[in-house]
Amino acid sequence: MDKVLSNKKMIALYVLPSLLLILTIVYIPIILTGFYGLHEWNGIGSMKFIGLENYANLMKDGKFWDSAWHSLLLALFSGLSLIIYLMISMVLAARIKGANAFRKIYLIPMLLSSVAIAQLWLRIYNPSNGILNSVLQSIGVDNPPAWLAEPSLVLFALFIPILWQYAGFYILIYYAALKNIPTTLDEAARIDGATSWQIAWKIKLPLIMETVKVTIVLAVVGSLKYFDLIFVMTDGGPNGSSEVMASYMYHTAFRAYDFGYGSATAFSLLVICLIVTWIIRWLTRSKDTIQYS
Amino acid sequence: MTGNIELQSTTNHGTWRWLGRIGYAIMYIVLILVAVFQLFPLVWLMFFSLKNNQEVFNLPPLSLPMHPRWENYSKVWNAGNIDVYFLNSLWVTVVATVLTVVLGSLVTYAITRMKWKGSSLVLGLFMVAMMIPVHSTLIPLFNFFNKVGLTDHPLSLVLSYVAFNMPITIMILLGFYYSLPREVEEAAVIDGCSVNRMFFRIVLPMTGSVIATTAIINMIYNWNEFIFVNTFISSDSYKTLTVGVQNFIGQYTTDWGAIGATLMISILPILIMFLFLSDRIVEGMAAGSVKG
Repeated sequence: MDKVLSNKKMIALYVLPSLLLILTIVYIPIILTGFYGLHEWNGIGSMKFIGLENYANLMKDGKFWDSAWHSLLLALFSGLSLIIYLMISMVLAARIKGANAFRKIYLIPMLLSSVAIAQLWLRIYNPSNGILNSVLQSIGVDNPPAWLAEPSLVLFALFIPILWQYAGFYILIYYAALKNIPTTLDEAARIDGATSWQIAWKIKLPLIMETVKVTIVLAVVGSLKYFDLIFVMTDGGPNGSSEVMASYMYHTAFRAYDFGYGSATAFSLLVICLIVTWIIRWLTRSKDTIQYS
Repeated sequence: MTGNIELQSTTNHGTWRWLGRIGYAIMYIVLILVAVFQLFPLVWLMFFSLKNNQEVFNLPPLSLPMHPRWENYSKVWNAGNIDVYFLNSLWVTVVATVLTVVLGSLVTYAITRMKWKGSSLVLGLFMVAMMIPVHSTLIPLFNFFNKVGLTDHPLSLVLSYVAFNMPITIMILLGFYYSLPREVEEAAVIDGCSVNRMFFRIVLPMTGSVIATTAIINMIYNWNEFIFVNTFISSDSYKTLTVGVQNFIGQYTTDWGAIGATLMISILPILIMFLFLSDRIVEGMAAGSVKG
């Protein structure tokens, strides 16, 4: 058995294609991004080494910090929305009739492309005949705002489709975790006289805490690298008020052809994502994990 | 049993039952409102995809189209390159999905069933890749594909999709492979079975259900991918639906019926798949939950 299963040639044959692919497409590019960031380069001509100048400029770049702030705001919104998703999942997992149908309906937007979602929500927000302002006018709001054209509203307006897209996904994750808890715990608590509310917050929540931590990382880091929807709906506008880190990177590299500076931005995005992941893991660390048995 | 306890512990039992019922009703109303919020934009999209501009602008937004204008669909299917984009999406999705599942299965088999030194290191490499933002690799990848003559070539998409979906695929497969019984393989080895024969004839057929799950997850991600197509592909004959839709709408900003029909065409395959495979998709999404 061991002889057959430690056949070096077969192992190489099974592992190397994928390994080479991930090194070429993921790991080498990451290193190159950091390397390009040390250069002045328009993407076509020769690269000129300038050391940390791009990174120094980035630190002084108000537009970059604005985009980082917008990303952070989106991350904060997404993190907070998890509370709503958690409450809905608690209700769904409490042996409610039709729970299965509800969670399937909630999931549908998650299956659609961000471009289709963005185009659809552009029509919803359309100031003249979008559904949102039509409804607002019919209930007596005379001058509903042009949602995506108002610098003070645009981030919030962009967050609604994000909420719409991902709600079902997080509800599904929580639901799956809650369903994994043995029902005997539930019954035992009920016999001891615990109310549904107490069972939900004192027993179930601590038991799915590991899942909650994973979703916090997913939601926050996912928001930091948010791109498609914003790119299509506002392209960072009006006047940069919805620019996020990924779109700023895209604009500097592929629109302004400043590939060195764009690379420095892209590398900073990676570093910020890793740092934020680490901070969340550190903040939500626990000395002992609770287990069912 | 529970009824008795409630009777003993609450003096004003009737009030509690009333409150419980109201709470129950409120809960359902909230669940239904969320469901309406999730579905309503899509229903509205379907409605305006069957209207002409006059109807979109003059009729109340929620009104059904009086004469459904199916010609919106035939118009966009024939006028733009939608049919080309659709086929491109289809075959890039299928090729990338098949490659990811096959390569992912081979790696997972080697990691979980075979004995070699670097296995945990290799697994770690795949798992860490899950945390890397796609955007941070975009500039070097563009440069790389440019140098090897693969920009504006579907192969650049296939390679990127396979690489970036490999980690999640391996992660889903891993749990399943660990739980496979070893006895079958032991018997096969005693009978003189080779590794290849064991993998393709014995292990792979046993993993059918988890392969379906990973394939569905891959198909959804690949079908909807945007930024790689937008960056690497420039000619219309290689664009996929997500970018094609984006460009097409850019040219016809005022024809709402055409826009609606285009969007419907781009999301219908996924919606139809969901109609038939919703259980499996829900399960797959839950299994693949650790993807940003």
